[in-house]
Amino acid sequence: MSIPLLSTLIFFPILGGLSLLIVPRQQTATIKIMALIVSLIEFALCAPIFLLFDKTTFAMQFVEVHPWIKALHINYALGIDGISVLFLLLTALIIVLSILVSWQSITTKVQEFFISLLLLEGAMMGVFCATDFFLFYIFWEAMLIPMFLIIGVWGGPNRIYATVKFFLFTLVGSLLMLVGVILLYQNGGHTFDILKLAGQPYSLKLQLILFWAFFAAFAVKVPMWPVHTWLPDAHTEAPAAGSVILAGVLIKMGAYGFLRFSLPILPDATREMMLPMLVLSVIAIVYGAIICLAQTDLKRLIAYSSVSHMGFVTLGMFALNQHGLEGAILQMINHGVVTGALFLAIGMVYERTHTREITAYGGLATTMPVFAGFFLLFTLAAVGLPGTNGFIGEFLILLGSFERAPWTAVVAASGLILGAWYMLWLYQRIFFNEVNEAMHGLKPLDLREILTLLPMVLLIFWIGLYPNALLGFLHVSVGHLLDQVNGLGLAGQAAPLTLALHP
Amino acid sequence: MPASLLAIPLLPLASFVLTLLLGKRWGTRAHWLPIITVLLSFCCALAAFFRVRSGEIVNQDLYTWIASGNLTVSVGFLVDQLTSVMLIVVTSVSSLVHIYSVGYMKGEDGYYRFFAYLSLFTFSMLMLVLGNNFLQLFFGWEAVGLSSYLLIGFYYQKQSASDAGKKAFIVNRFGDFGFILGLFLIFTQFGSLHYHEVFSRVDGIAGQTVSLFGGQASLATVIALLLFCGAIGKSAQIPLHVWLPDAMEGPTPVSALIHAATMVTAGVFLVARCNPIFELSHFALNLITVLGAITALFAATIALVQTDIKRVVAYSTVSQLAYMFIGCGVGAYSAGIFHLFTHAFFKALLFLGCGSVILGMHHEQDVRSMGGLKDKMPITYWTFLLASLSISGVPGLAGFFSKDEILLMAFNTELGAGKFAWAIGVLVAFMTAFYSFRLFFLIFHGEFRGTDHQRDHLHESPAVVTLPLILLAVGAVGAGWFGVPKIIGGDNHWAHFLEPVLGHPHVHVSGLTEGLLMLGSILAGVCGIGLAFYMYRLKPHLPAIVAERLAFCHRLLLNKYYIDEIYIGGIVKPTLAFSRGVLLRVVDLACIDGVVNGVPRAIGVFSEKLRLIQDGQVSHYLAWMGGGAVALVVVLLVSI
Repeated sequence: MSIPLLSTLIFFPILGGLSLLIVPRQQTATIKIMALIVSLIEFALCAPIFLLFDKTTFAMQFVEVHPWIKALHINYALGIDGISVLFLLLTALIIVLSILVSWQSITTKVQEFFISLLLLEGAMMGVFCATDFFLFYIFWEAMLIPMFLIIGVWGGPNRIYATVKFFLFTLVGSLLMLVGVILLYQNGGHTFDILKLAGQPYSLKLQLILFWAFFAAFAVKVPMWPVHTWLPDAHTEAPAAGSVILAGVLIKMGAYGFLRFSLPILPDATREMMLPMLVLSVIAIVYGAIICLAQTDLKRLIAYSSVSHMGFVTLGMFALNQHGLEGAILQMINHGVVTGALFLAIGMVYERTHTREITAYGGLATTMPVFAGFFLLFTLAAVGLPGTNGFIGEFLILLGSFERAPWTAVVAASGLILGAWYMLWLYQRIFFNEVNEAMHGLKPLDLREILTLLPMVLLIFWIGLYPNALLGFLHVSVGHLLDQVNGLGLAGQAAPLTLALHP
Repeated sequence: MPASLLAIPLLPLASFVLTLLLGKRWGTRAHWLPIITVLLSFCCALAAFFRVRSGEIVNQDLYTWIASGNLTVSVGFLVDQLTSVMLIVVTSVSSLVHIYSVGYMKGEDGYYRFFAYLSLFTFSMLMLVLGNNFLQLFFGWEAVGLSSYLLIGFYYQKQSASDAGKKAFIVNRFGDFGFILGLFLIFTQFGSLHYHEVFSRVDGIAGQTVSLFGGQASLATVIALLLFCGAIGKSAQIPLHVWLPDAMEGPTPVSALIHAATMVTAGVFLVARCNPIFELSHFALNLITVLGAITALFAATIALVQTDIKRVVAYSTVSQLAYMFIGCGVGAYSAGIFHLFTHAFFKALLFLGCGSVILGMHHEQDVRSMGGLKDKMPITYWTFLLASLSISGVPGLAGFFSKDEILLMAFNTELGAGKFAWAIGVLVAFMTAFYSFRLFFLIFHGEFRGTDHQRDHLHESPAVVTLPLILLAVGAVGAGWFGVPKIIGGDNHWAHFLEPVLGHPHVHVSGLTEGLLMLGSILAGVCGIGLAFYMYRLKPHLPAIVAERLAFCHRLLLNKYYIDEIYIGGIVKPTLAFSRGVLLRVVDLACIDGVVNGVPRAIGVFSEKLRLIQDGQVSHYLAWMGGGAVALVVVLLVSI
């Protein structure tokens, strides 16, 4: 590969973001347009990756390796496989939409805001591309800073509490992971290369220590129960774009971390800890769903629903079989699309009403019918109606967990009932019944807003009706991951592919 | 696959999309596209039916929907005898309801939206019956649920309507909960979700058991009951029947199409489609039969006293659906489907008749304000009479043949629950005739009890409304002639046609028994009509006296056995209280955030204390230094 595509993906938005500095800060229109163009080019850059990606191998593709800190065997190493490729696209799309939704809602420090967004994009791309644990850690921590600023500077009234909480939660987790990384470096032959670290015969005791060290970082990000309470605060206070990125990409990082590190590097501990992980997932599903029923704040409700939905993701993941894992990865994309779309929509309506109190709403189907249609579709995808993307993910996850331990599927399936309950109730309170006094005269969606929501609608149906377009990327890589978890085949070798290849 | 087959579901789908996007511009002409497409669908369905009759069964995949590991599910069509019958029912009733709605919904806000939703429903229901695998069935299953949600809540500005839509969706999810687990169990056992592969290997699970809650249960029973959970929800059987009466908040054409003729019968279709599985479990069949009998009786008793005309018919629907389940439960699937078929016509006719009355009465639904409408609304009157006679099982009309077939099969089955179901069935036939004619007499005979304004404007509905009534009346009379039993000179064509899919239970019954049974059910119906005539025509003051004498029962029935109140008090409110009181306040805020905020606070308090040490007083620093030095020496000495 002559062009370093992945490096371009990482550094183009960073450079693009920094180039906004040359525009005088009063020219907000120019800044916005430039930011949008940068994000659109970045999105277009994903196209060759999507098209050139070889679905028949689990090996890392578009690989770039350059020695970085030789004394510590640290490399600048990038590469993607079936597990990470889809997230690049998701990230690029989410950033474009975040810029669009911020067009009018961000009025102060405009330049800094869009720079933060683009820097964040670069860091997120880096997380999904890094195949060196050290490099991964750098990107992982680098994401925190722009996100911290986005919530802390452009957030709601209680933003300081929310940002500090968000920062402390994730930092404590990350530090434990750092300790784990160093421990792994010492025991894994003094390398940070993820591929080399996997498949080494670590003792079970060491694996368990490392598992929980990584767990601290990843579980907080997911967030798994009981380390989820930062999410509702962060979502509530974040500006629309912040919520969209948080729900769309950032919380996927935790689940991605499990997939990239815990499962392949620590297979014995993963199998050992399967049951506790399944239990925590099921608790998250039911707990998150029931607690949604008590919410009076629009964004807080969706935040808690994320806890429930991410519970499905970890449930499928720790079912440790093809259906569950593929479902989990697909559901990560789905959740990014659907919850991202819900936060986009909420951002749009918040611009008009300036309230997040559910009781302040009512009758919006009368005053904003087109918006009501969009929101209904997102609601249906969130409750997993067949034909939408949400169904495919949930179905595969539940099937996988049923095959692993039927009772987990039984408990988790109650999330389908509860999900319909809280989402339809929410929908009813916002859109149906008499028009609330304060809701008269809301202006309808403009073209920019419709164009922001439309890609999500297309994705919901596309994935819902033809999920194989995405599942096709996963089969081989997930099969290989399963081989690793089950102790078959070492990384880099030609592992048996019987499990993975689908007719 | 013939293009005409693809067109059956795709035409309504296209109509839905176009009408939703463009219908607003079309204004009062928004109904044309939906009507034309559904009529074309109907023609294609007829063509499909005749192809099946000539022996051409289609089972073909369109494309692979989901592929993951060993799971491959396609979108594909299966058109066999059962499907072709369902196609006819769905497209014909849907066509008539489409036409009827032009008159009924005239001038309503969201006219185009209504027709778009009708098209969406038609598409969904067709996908449900056409699928050649369980997952596509589930797709249709949920999609009809969505259409139902949208149409029940069509008047979404009304709290009661939006509540009812939400309730229907959520209650159905309880059933889906079991249904989807059933699908998982089927997949893990058969490695496929396609009908053909599952049913052709179904004998393999006979006698197998699964461990469940520490005990052993028959695998077939567990699968059958999980699937039946879905049917209970969709077809509104006890204990998930509560959504259907509330669904009457939707416009009346919707009640006729979705909540009488088609969607609610999806549960019966499911059981019939899966008959190879159900056949393996006598326990499941007995349970279906008993539950059917109980539901039939339960709903019929409630229907006796309701005063909202649509609610009477709604409870009647629950009761009639239960009949169909009795038919399936005793293994007479073709009889169940037969009743589904005839019921679609006479019940749709009853609902549309109610709609015509509601139109004529300016949106009055309370039977206590009606009376004497016979002369003002002759077409509605006569068609309603035919439907009432049909549902009451008067010989020669559609309802008679199908109901009789079910009761006959129930009586003669070797299943334990058969005789019980038969006895209840006859009793319910009596009650059905009674409440149907109570309604009939109260609406059309006697004195007019409404306001003067209503009286002055009372009118027969326009032709666009009455024409569907007349056509449905033809069905309500003649739909039963496809299955005339041998004893009165027929050859039971219906059962023979469906036999390849549904089988045919071999009951050996003497002509005398069959004749007596038939006589019994005829008598039940006639007595019911007679009693209604006596109470509501001859002695109109009698009902009030009976209600007073049996005040407790009357109140119990009027309040539908307080089931809604029990659910709200027993499930809804406790869950909400648990959510607010325990999960949010105690676990999240007090425990988890208590720790999260408590640790930094504790560190803060500690550092606050620690800060005091550095107070700038040299003497204090000296004291600390001295103390520290002494402590060090002590530690050193001790450790040596």
